[in-house]
Amino acid sequence: GKNEYDLLVIGGGSGGLACAKEAAQFGRKVAVLDYVEPSPQGTKWGLGGTCVNVGCIPKKLMHQAALLGSALKDAQHYGWNIAQPVHHTWSVMAQAVQNYVKSLNWGHRVQLQDKKVKYFNMQGSFSDPHTIRGLTKAGKETIVTAENIVIATGGRPKYPTHTAGALEYGITSDDLFWLKESPRKTLTPFVFNVSLECAGFLTGIGLDTTVMMRSIPLPFFPYQQQMASLVTEHMECYGTKFLKRCFPTKVEKLESNKLQVTWKNNDLGTEETDCFDTVMWAVGRAPDIKTLNLDAVGVKTNSETGKIIVDASEATSVPHIYAIGDITEGRPELTPTAIAAGKLLARRLFGQSSELMDYDNVPTTVFTPLEYGCVGLSEEAAVQHYGSDNIEV
Amino acid sequence: VQAHKEGSLQKQREMNGHTVVPHSYDYDLIVIGGGSGGLAAAKEAAKYEKKVMVLDFVTPTPLGNSWGLGGTCVNVGCIPKKLMHQAALLGQALQDSRKFGWQFPEEVKHNWMTMTESVQNYIGSLNWGYRVALREKKVTYENAYGEFVGPHTVKATNKRGVEKLYTAEKFLIATGERPRYLGIPGDKEYCISSDDLFSLPYCPGKTLVVGASYVALECAGFLAGIGLDVTVMVRSILLRGFDQDIANKIGEYMEEHGINFIREFVPIKVEQIEEGTPGILKVTSKSTRGNEIIEGEYNTVLLAIGRDACTRKIGLDKVGVIINEKTGKIPVNDKEQTNVPYIYAIGDILQDKLELTPVAIQAGRLLVRRLYAGATTK
Repeated sequence: GKNEYDLLVIGGGSGGLACAKEAAQFGRKVAVLDYVEPSPQGTKWGLGGTCVNVGCIPKKLMHQAALLGSALKDAQHYGWNIAQPVHHTWSVMAQAVQNYVKSLNWGHRVQLQDKKVKYFNMQGSFSDPHTIRGLTKAGKETIVTAENIVIATGGRPKYPTHTAGALEYGITSDDLFWLKESPRKTLTPFVFNVSLECAGFLTGIGLDTTVMMRSIPLPFFPYQQQMASLVTEHMECYGTKFLKRCFPTKVEKLESNKLQVTWKNNDLGTEETDCFDTVMWAVGRAPDIKTLNLDAVGVKTNSETGKIIVDASEATSVPHIYAIGDITEGRPELTPTAIAAGKLLARRLFGQSSELMDYDNVPTTVFTPLEYGCVGLSEEAAVQHYGSDNIEV
Repeated sequence: VQAHKEGSLQKQREMNGHTVVPHSYDYDLIVIGGGSGGLAAAKEAAKYEKKVMVLDFVTPTPLGNSWGLGGTCVNVGCIPKKLMHQAALLGQALQDSRKFGWQFPEEVKHNWMTMTESVQNYIGSLNWGYRVALREKKVTYENAYGEFVGPHTVKATNKRGVEKLYTAEKFLIATGERPRYLGIPGDKEYCISSDDLFSLPYCPGKTLVVGASYVALECAGFLAGIGLDVTVMVRSILLRGFDQDIANKIGEYMEEHGINFIREFVPIKVEQIEEGTPGILKVTSKSTRGNEIIEGEYNTVLLAIGRDACTRKIGLDKVGVIINEKTGKIPVNDKEQTNVPYIYAIGDILQDKLELTPVAIQAGRLLVRRLYAGATTK
């Protein structure tokens, strides 16, 4: 029979919402499915995806809180009569951030309503190439059919697989921004921009923070090593502790509720321990495809990363099924690119456009205390591509 | 023989390359003006082992204020302005930080003296740094007022009135500008300019800023930002020469943030009602559109109505350097050369060029490289 919707978007994040709203502008019948599987610690959130709820937005606000702390220290020298040191209250900041995020959830729901996009708070999985089975939290099932389907389910933080107690006692960025109480003394293994950014602002608001690094050079791709060093040196100067060439082997909970972490120091060949209030894992993100049931329809994924393989027009291996955002293989994991790709896809599907998304030279920034912005090739990549004789630094 | 020597010298000079300079001059290059452009040029010339002298002198303001080596930018321009602007921005950051979880008492007051002392100390370190740099590069520096008295010759007068004569093969004029006054009763006696503001030894209090230049708006902006009652008196439009769409947005923003604007009025008289630091001044102003007269009382009146080039009293007529009689600015060719081949000019005094420190610095360096290192980049 005829499909219920012209477009069904699975995943109400940066890419998904942009695509849905753009398609609705062309007078199409559009639906969005969004569902947040609670984190192992039980944290969940509303419509808007990673960026709005547990990514860019709260991260940037907390980074700003840390920067304001620096400004407060400087202000005294510029004539402002403010007694030092100034104390920071986590709960005041967290509540303000969480309220702001909730206002964005609300804003997105209103926008979908205004643009007549149907919103289902359900987890979607494929029954066939045009049929999605939606499941609510309570287990109620709804079948939705669509001419075109866009997968934009993004990713979730990974947990380390070789560290005992990691899952039970550790948190991730999914939980950090929703903590009601201060994380206090925190350990953040390993080093991806997430752990550095979080360690940066936690130090900035006055918390005892340690970053644990497994190897040197830092796994900082696609960034530049030299910049990575400048960033971490700056953080060290300002009080973030670094445990270099260390790998955590287990996390145990003590009677005092503190967490005892044991790690191997690869430089010294010894085992060390220390106690923390919080251990926040930042070991990478995995694409959220488990519950999609992609095998049922034959959407191909990269065997190593698990991400969905798409061509230049965001098409998957199955006709009428597309994918955008963090879930796609080989694309930058950035909100603005997901939004742009989503809009352009909608215009190609429904608006007679043929413009493809250009993923080259997308600028991005790491919001560590020393902010690092970059665009194009890093020096290492440039040398690899063109040979060092052809590079002018 | 002398004439023949000078004739062949002239020919050699016309060739674009290294010339053999006879030791008939005291210096290879004399730079008049130790500001952004002058110092950059002097230091660059010293790199090529040239014998260089810098003459820098600050004629005190009507209120008696003066400063050290470095020019406008360092002492009474970019540097202190940016620091005070930052103080104002930090005030805003303070307000925001409460919402981000930082705790401190409701009202935070600003102390003008603390800020100004920090700013002046920093400037002092820059003055010192420049003197050391010149010494290290073996550039002769004299704190003396330079003016031309004849071909290839300047007279340098120090603050005690002692005069000395120096000769050089080439000269670089980089004397910059000073703030203009209104020419009304009370302006020089009671009003201050940017030359005085950054080292004012007391808080300016309720301030009237006269002018609509970026200097006027920037100063009004940071004075309001540190909590002072500020009014800006504008004769016609804001930021003449800048994009008016943006200029208007700036004006609106400032008004929204508590700065008062009096439009289409000019002051005609400034009187002192009460002495003090600050005292109280009464400003009488007339409308540009009709006969309306208004009066206002302020602790401080800051004039920011423009800047005039320091070219009228440096003896340019004695060497035949042509200036624009109306503006005082010096026209130069694309190699920064005046109409007199051995006299060059850079920086704020140039006609039709941007009045910016980085431009002056770059122009100074490139000029010297063209003169002494065979470069051609302009």
